[in-house]
Amino acid sequence: MKPRGPLQPWIMLAPTLVLLVVFFIAPIAVAAYESLFSWDLLTPARSVGLENYRHLATRGDLLGIALRTAGYSVLVVSGTIVAGLALALLVHRPGPLFAFVRASVFSAYVVSWVAVALLWTWLLDGNAGVVGWAMAKLGAAPWPLLGDRRWALPALAVVGIWKLTGYAMVVFLAGLHSVPPALLEAAALDGAGPWRRFRHVVFPLLGPTAAFVATTSLVTSFQAFDVVRIMTQGGPGRSTELFVYAIYEQIFLDLSVGRASALTVVFFFVLLLLAGLELYVWRARESASDRARPARAAPSGPEGR
Amino acid sequence: MKEGRVARSVAAAAASAAAVVWLLPYAWMVATSLKRLRDIAASPASLWPRPVDASAYGEVFAAMPVARYTLVTAFVAAAIAALQVALALPAGYALAKLRFAGRRFAFGVVLACLLVPAQATFVVVFLGFARVGLVDSMTALVLPFAASALGTFLVRQAILAVPDEIIEAARMDGASEWTIVYRVLGPMVRPTLVSLVLVSFVFHYNDYFWPLVMTTGDRVRTLPLGVALLREQGTGMRWPVIMAGNVVLSLPVLALFAVSQRHLMRAVGGAR
Repeated sequence: MKPRGPLQPWIMLAPTLVLLVVFFIAPIAVAAYESLFSWDLLTPARSVGLENYRHLATRGDLLGIALRTAGYSVLVVSGTIVAGLALALLVHRPGPLFAFVRASVFSAYVVSWVAVALLWTWLLDGNAGVVGWAMAKLGAAPWPLLGDRRWALPALAVVGIWKLTGYAMVVFLAGLHSVPPALLEAAALDGAGPWRRFRHVVFPLLGPTAAFVATTSLVTSFQAFDVVRIMTQGGPGRSTELFVYAIYEQIFLDLSVGRASALTVVFFFVLLLLAGLELYVWRARESASDRARPARAAPSGPEGR
Repeated sequence: MKEGRVARSVAAAAASAAAVVWLLPYAWMVATSLKRLRDIAASPASLWPRPVDASAYGEVFAAMPVARYTLVTAFVAAAIAALQVALALPAGYALAKLRFAGRRFAFGVVLACLLVPAQATFVVVFLGFARVGLVDSMTALVLPFAASALGTFLVRQAILAVPDEIIEAARMDGASEWTIVYRVLGPMVRPTLVSLVLVSFVFHYNDYFWPLVMTTGDRVRTLPLGVALLREQGTGMRWPVIMAGNVVLSLPVLALFAVSQRHLMRAVGGAR
């Protein structure tokens, strides 16, 4: 449609564009610039070239931070997808009981990360918590999971899975809604049992949904901060120091603007890489489902999405 | 698909077990908030506090101004949600319906911002606010989220589905473009706006990260920050107090969830 005047579209877009550029695009550029300086917020900034990046790579444990973040994310994403899909298949049924279970599981996604993290800090506590009590009942020594270098990160991942499973379940439920019932009935008539109906009819149709859940929860877990800050503060040692927490430490504990900026730039490029991966997966899935389209156009047709 | 009786009972049992995994922690949270510290050490898993002791709630209210924190938090979340709707409508309309040079560029800016989380901008934004003396202000909590890339995108998608004829008819009737945006299109894309408001309000009400990095004192402290601080105060873990804070923090959101359950689940499940 024609705008009323040449400026009208820009007047309507101006507030949004200005805010987005100021708070989201410009900061990345500024961070890239600041990363070339050494500045502690008090004394004047000093140009140091790529020294901040070199320091992060050699002494700042950049690789460790990246690997821990990736490990945490892989655990959370795979756990969330498996649990979310299993629960979606389970509660994709009519009736008040299943509606209640859906709401219960999803409620964790609605509650603050702060509440969830504090709650699980207590549950996992070796002395006062339920896990410690259960261990004692089983005759084991008190085991402070969160104080154990090897187990602290997986423990945080369990909390992440508990929090995000409801999200995955709800998205999978939306995906299940678009599976044409006629297709399932046809498969049943052909003698396919529940497992084969799932394996050969439902699962292939849920491919795009699974890709969507995987990429969104991957990006979410890469940004994990609250669980780390509240439950472990990056410890014990540096065993739970993830990307965003490392940036936070650089700026607020070490007052090192240059290194925090350098870490931000690396973090941003990792996220871009993940977004590229997301796009790639989408494209591949889309062309795959294009090829599968004839099978989808079942006689009675799915509910339109 | 019809399902056998046995299959349905098995599914019901398994689903109930799943519900326990998600509900039991809440039950423990409430039970712990009503216990005395020494009772927790003796039997952490019991769900019936004996004796029931609500003094932890008193301590929460004594340790922080709960009412003020709640008001600040609700105000911040509501202001963000309202601004996002107010700005996304005209922007979404321009991107969906108006033809002009630079539209692809403008849309590109919105899409690009979908890729940038606040976690990648906070260092620079914090230093910027510090330079102009706005750290610890309502502005620092609200303004960066007043425009939402995702919200703009979703509103644009919704307006794309509105037929041009409706807008043309409104123009013929002499409606201004602002009337068209807020009075004609607004009501027509209501489901999208409700989703945006709910998801945005809940997210910012719960948010810990941004208020943590943008505030240094008590002036505009939000409830999640206050509750997290209960853990850091004093010596040792006063679990009843922390869990009482948790209940105070979660209850309003769970109440909102109870009344808007279907909408919220559809907003999250269908948001693609």
